[in-house]
Amino acid sequence: MSRFVSLPVTLAVALRVLAQLRRDRRTVAMLLVLPTALMSLLWWVFSDVPGDSFDGVGPALLAIFPFTVMFLVTSVTTLRERSSGTLERLLAMPMGRGDFLLGYALAFALTALAQSVLAVGVSTWLLGLEVPGPLWQLTLVAVVVAVLGTALGLLVSAFASTEFQAVQFMPAVVIPQLLVCGLFVPREALPGVLGAISDVLPLSYAVDAMTALTTADAVDGAFGEALADLAVVAGFAVGALALGAATLRRRTP
Amino acid sequence: MSAETPVVTVSGLVVRRGRRTVLDGLDLTIGPGVTGLLGPSGCGKSTLMRALVGVQRTQGGAVDVLGLPAGSRALRERIGYVTQAASVYDDLTVTENLRFFARVLGLGRAEVGAAVARVLDEVDLAEHRDALVGRLSGGQRSRVSLAVALLRRPDLLVLDEPTVGLDPVLRVDLWGLFHRLADGGTAVLVSSHVMDEAERCDRLLLMREGAVIADETPAAIKDAAGAATVEEAFLSLVGGAR
Repeated sequence: MSRFVSLPVTLAVALRVLAQLRRDRRTVAMLLVLPTALMSLLWWVFSDVPGDSFDGVGPALLAIFPFTVMFLVTSVTTLRERSSGTLERLLAMPMGRGDFLLGYALAFALTALAQSVLAVGVSTWLLGLEVPGPLWQLTLVAVVVAVLGTALGLLVSAFASTEFQAVQFMPAVVIPQLLVCGLFVPREALPGVLGAISDVLPLSYAVDAMTALTTADAVDGAFGEALADLAVVAGFAVGALALGAATLRRRTP
Repeated sequence: MSAETPVVTVSGLVVRRGRRTVLDGLDLTIGPGVTGLLGPSGCGKSTLMRALVGVQRTQGGAVDVLGLPAGSRALRERIGYVTQAASVYDDLTVTENLRFFARVLGLGRAEVGAAVARVLDEVDLAEHRDALVGRLSGGQRSRVSLAVALLRRPDLLVLDEPTVGLDPVLRVDLWGLFHRLADGGTAVLVSSHVMDEAERCDRLLLMREGAVIADETPAAIKDAAGAATVEEAFLSLVGGAR
């Protein structure tokens, strides 16, 4: 393909996805309020436990929420696009596959930005989550993780033929990563095989990045460490987008 | 465009979907004007149309459209394609849909407004411009889908059953539009399984089980079969082919 991405078309796709989202007020409210509400619930759960358990678990969840939510939202919306015939129509027009994928990634990255600004803000200012470094670094991690969720959602929507199936991919793709990402058991303490599996799953690196930013005493080194983890997450996102592009076929049987 | 240079040339086209061979070595040409593609449901009309637009995987043969192989990048902005199911976004308004597709089709910021106003007028939806597509009736939704295909005045317009679910007045209006487009130089290919619509075409292709069984003007088809209507002619042709 000579021209993979056209900026005006990519922007048109992103603006259209945001316009559709804006019209669905209930989904917008859930997207913005739910992570913050769950963080508050988590804080409440730990409120009578001595020690700083909330500080230990909270950052991981700030990475997990955008990942899960964007995965779900994207897999359902792109499945709808595949089954309604609009995707076929777009591919028959002068639209590159990259325009479609990046348009979606851009729209949901912006949504994730709003979502995580709210969640990070409430967690640190109201719930007393201790963050040694600047807050924008946490938000950056959340946005990159959200793009990963979007990319994986786009990819799995190719393997689902109904919205029920698409939703079922959530427990299949997200929960195993959740179990081995270091949230329940530190990754170093996992059995050898699971540790190796956890090393090749993107959510592990997202949680590592959040943890590095929120627990390190040496603030300067922490951002570098988080950036390295974040680069791995971004790599996975690019890989998933590339695989997703392969599932957008102009000619179908 | 003269009659000697067809808009579409199909030769030896083979399409299998699953284990079923839908088209088995199909040959045909389509010229300018309004061409009707008629035949019973499942005879391969939609598959042929998908092949012309370049979204159908084919197993053999060649399809040339406007002198280029079907599916060529250069053809994508010159062909308008309207599927049976309205391929538009239900959760956007009519205008939002049209503006979005206009941008994808590469219309500049200044051209979008004029093109949207023109197609709204052509499909008679100007008064519903701010309605959500999901709230429209079935016939209105399919006209939104048609409007998208008209945004860039196409050289070839491929319409898969565009009049299904429309009341008689609207059907007459749409056929009028198809002929105006054809007069303006757009070749129009319309599929239908409603035979009375066939009378309105410049030329007819009758299909049955993946093969073309007649390719004439409506008058010539009726004369050849000695029938009063295209429907009778079709039935006698089908009888003869048995």
